[in-house]
Amino acid sequence: MSDKPTPAPIANPGPDMIYQQALAAGMFKIQHCAGCNAYVFYPRHLCPECGSAKLEWVQASGKGTVYTTTMVRQRPEAGGNKNLCVVELAEGPRLMSRVEGIAADEVKIDMAVTAEIVGSGEEPKFIVFRAEAKQ
Amino acid sequence: MSTQGIRGKAAIVGVGISEHGEVPGWSHFELMAQAVERACADAGIKSKDIDGVFAAITPSGLPVSMVSEYLGLQPKVLEGTMLGGSSFVNFLSWAALALDAGLCEVALITYGSNARSSKRRPGGDLVPYESPFGPRLVDGYAMAAARHMYQYGTKREHLAEVAVAARAWARLNPKAMMRDPLTIEDALKSRMIADPLTLLDCCLITDGAGAIIMTRAERAKDYPNKPVYILGAAAEHSHMQIAQMRDLTVTAAARSGPRAFAMAGLKPTDMSLAMLYDAFTINTILFLEDLGFCKKGEGGAFVSGGTIAPGGRLAVNTNGGGLSCLHPGMYGIFLIAEAAIQLRGLAGERQVAGAATAVVHGNGGTLSTQVTAVLGTAETL
Repeated sequence: MSDKPTPAPIANPGPDMIYQQALAAGMFKIQHCAGCNAYVFYPRHLCPECGSAKLEWVQASGKGTVYTTTMVRQRPEAGGNKNLCVVELAEGPRLMSRVEGIAADEVKIDMAVTAEIVGSGEEPKFIVFRAEAKQ
Repeated sequence: MSTQGIRGKAAIVGVGISEHGEVPGWSHFELMAQAVERACADAGIKSKDIDGVFAAITPSGLPVSMVSEYLGLQPKVLEGTMLGGSSFVNFLSWAALALDAGLCEVALITYGSNARSSKRRPGGDLVPYESPFGPRLVDGYAMAAARHMYQYGTKREHLAEVAVAARAWARLNPKAMMRDPLTIEDALKSRMIADPLTLLDCCLITDGAGAIIMTRAERAKDYPNKPVYILGAAAEHSHMQIAQMRDLTVTAAARSGPRAFAMAGLKPTDMSLAMLYDAFTINTILFLEDLGFCKKGEGGAFVSGGTIAPGGRLAVNTNGGGLSCLHPGMYGIFLIAEAAIQLRGLAGERQVAGAATAVVHGNGGTLSTQVTAVLGTAETL
């Protein structure tokens, strides 16, 4: 454990810190613009669609589809092949992520996926996805 | 004929390319200075005549200051906007504007890198919402290629055509790094890096430097070489992080191209050659589509059967490109250099007969910044 004193909480954090704090508390939040009704990811101070500062936090559905994907080829000693993809959330915005729980070469464009928060210790948490079970 | 914007206001009067490929023992700035030495000799000027410096050199934080100090210059115009590999095509606009406004008389655009010998790999900014996934530059391009295949049925064979065409041009360029014969089968068998891109779908990592000397159009005739005029130029951007790119099959070249062609008063079919930043084979296909050489989604079919190879319908990347000639991190300046060499008729075995116009298209980041310029000989003014 570190002997460093715990810093005082920041009273009025910016969008990124609010996002990270929500993730750390187990919630995947994105922004909704009251100015133009767009959903926004990644967290911003101004809406990239209309420029409004009226961005409010909403719980993301966590549902999405794979917009595009690649298999990153790596030697086994470097961790082996892994998936990297861009997921389009049901609300509209996209984010870079990876699909876990299935082989990297089984991840396909248009596959339905669900968000999951991962990360351990002091490192910032982040969002990965799992393929939805076939109906 | 259009006279808008910077059309015909300034010209390239000197071109220099350093030793390239593998040049161990030379720093970024030493290679840069060798390119400047050659560009000045080509233009018939002394380096001290340069009074405008336009440079982007990674990892230098203040590359314009470093270049100026290294060359012992006190330029009146210092410009170093970092757009990635397209920066140098972008500098054409700002150098032309500065020259036309009389802010400087002799502009230098330059770049140097020892990326190969120093084993320093080019990389983008660490961005907070992508860095947990550790994307390499190639991965974003691979995802663009995957999406293009999904939407338009583009095949790996189409990507291979681009690599094979680049190699065929490189075989005509004694200075190109990769000159061994290459077939579609070879390209398809190459080691996969990020599906669907193989090693041969990726540009080289080389050492090398380039330098371009520009002056105002009315002074250009006083120099020893055939001037190469800037007829049109435009920059556009669509995103920084690949996940923020709205449509991974359409780059901002679809906006920069039409603007640059409109300024030039010319269209894609008027071009003698196209120099398209081929960091990866998918780039060439995307830019052929976005610049208007073919319809969206038809780039794969367009490049099939050697269309862009020597003897094909459209001369593309005649030096061998980033894929087979050289690519020292940020390649944009070499697009300009090759276009100028072609328009001066000095390209030797790879010369495009009667070349009078060239479109030069730079790409930066992960398909992020797109800058198009149209260049031409005096006859096209």
